[in-house]
Amino acid sequence: MIGLGLRRGFVVTFKNFLRPAVTEQYPDRHVGLVGAAKEAGMNPFQFLVKKPGDSLKAIAGLATVPVAVEQSPRFRGNEFTFFEDRCTACASCAKYCPLGIIEIVSVPGKIDAQEGESYKLEVFDIDIGRCMFCGLCVEACPYDALHMGSQFERSKYVRDELIITKEELFDAEKRPSSWYRPQFEENTFDPFKETIVDHHDAGRHERPSDEDLKKKWVDER
Amino acid sequence: MAIKTQPVTVNLGPQHPSTHGVFRMRVMFDGEEIVDVEPIFGYLHRGSEKLAEERTYTQIVTLTDRMDYVSSMLNNQAYILAVEKLAGIEPSPRGVWLRMIASELQRIASHLVATGFLLQDLGALGTPLIYAMRERENILDLFEMICGARITNSYLRPGGVFMDAPEEFWPALERGLDDIVSTIDELEEYLSGNEIVFSRTKGTAVLSPELLINASITGPMLRASGVDWDLRHRAPYDYYGRITFERKLHTASDNYARYWVRVQEARESVKIIRQCIEQIEPGPVRPSFDDVPRLLRPPAGDAYAAIEGSKGELGFYLVSDGGISPYRMHVRASSLINLTLLRDMLIGGQFGDLFVTFGSVDLNMGEVDR
Repeated sequence: MIGLGLRRGFVVTFKNFLRPAVTEQYPDRHVGLVGAAKEAGMNPFQFLVKKPGDSLKAIAGLATVPVAVEQSPRFRGNEFTFFEDRCTACASCAKYCPLGIIEIVSVPGKIDAQEGESYKLEVFDIDIGRCMFCGLCVEACPYDALHMGSQFERSKYVRDELIITKEELFDAEKRPSSWYRPQFEENTFDPFKETIVDHHDAGRHERPSDEDLKKKWVDER
Repeated sequence: MAIKTQPVTVNLGPQHPSTHGVFRMRVMFDGEEIVDVEPIFGYLHRGSEKLAEERTYTQIVTLTDRMDYVSSMLNNQAYILAVEKLAGIEPSPRGVWLRMIASELQRIASHLVATGFLLQDLGALGTPLIYAMRERENILDLFEMICGARITNSYLRPGGVFMDAPEEFWPALERGLDDIVSTIDELEEYLSGNEIVFSRTKGTAVLSPELLINASITGPMLRASGVDWDLRHRAPYDYYGRITFERKLHTASDNYARYWVRVQEARESVKIIRQCIEQIEPGPVRPSFDDVPRLLRPPAGDAYAAIEGSKGELGFYLVSDGGISPYRMHVRASSLINLTLLRDMLIGGQFGDLFVTFGSVDLNMGEVDR
């Protein structure tokens, strides 16, 4: 029967027409008066009286609010989190990286230091422009010093600015994703809201003391 | 008096929205009829097989993600099976169940993409594609939940998976499976009885089962011709031996049959995932680093492992010389082999059917060129 299938198809299309939209506006979402007032933290009447200009804009449909993109806390993003007091400059991450984009230069921290004693990190560069976010560096770190964060908005005009330097890593907010870190998930850690203040919250096991390192790598050899 | 026509050669692609990537065809037309087709590919060649020769076995997982980029989990699974065979690794049971769930989800996503783009090629601009992509989005959200990435997952590791699924994954998966079933119902109601789809896809590009077997074509294309060949059933890998599922066959072997088989297979995948959820057992998701070190050194030798990918038999052949990276890796890319019958499918057909036929093969240029 010609036409019946088509009609059934149009019923499906019409049903979808009535459903709420699944697409999201990004980076800003257009809001009306109520949404704009909510963003400003007052009720619509207050907003209308206190900010008539913004209210008119909102009524005209020109007001926008930023959208918080919902992501899993495991999201492998590009804001690397680095716990400098845990890093021993072993360069496991650099060796594990499939693209070789992590550059590490280290020098012995003390004068006349034995091999394996605390090394000082001179250079720790991650060329994020070539990173493919596989997370292997995080898996490789034996002392839980390197984590992946959840952010993803990092577009730059100059390619050199995509290199994350040591200083940037040190100063960055400690906001790791829970990727490969089950202990975060036990605490229902949300990297979009919370910051780890104490790095000991993050670790599976402690960085060994300098004596232990020396014992393992120098004395027992 | 018949009007005399002369053949015209038309170049299609490589930058063409209907070529599913960068594929070029030099087509000779006589009027509306296709006289000759010359497929030209290689525009997306990245040398993955060569790159694998200087990467460690774990690092290659990231390369396999990028071969067939709409079914990364299946690529991961095929590669990991080859590594496990080569190095003699006994995988962790929970890891195997998890990777079966992940790869079946990926199969559904891949079939949805194939269906959506087939309809796009038919001229149904947007609507069916958006319906399919909307459902795929939910599957990608599930992937983000278990492995932190949506497309380039790198979830599997030799011996299992990287990390156990979070607690919130299981209720989300149940919800997602119900959504998938309702979406497929909707898609079928929308398309499977549609007269336009019938008239455009039925009876076009018919291939005989003998020809398909001779060209070693596998996957939904073969099953659409009535040949009961599914590696999950014929040579069960992982725990597919403990799963019961129906192989959906169609005998027409035309474009509609290929579409139909894909949609039905997506339904079967939902059933497989439900059985996996029932049978999954607690435990570690991968062997300890004492058993399977981070830096694998498989003994010298070779291994071939194949899975039933979304597009056909997807196989990885690895040769080891005892070092940290394979001596040679070869991929049996199902898309490339399924493409070999393109001439037989197209010649004699009409211009309007060209991209429909091309879409029904469901190829992915990332896998063809690698």
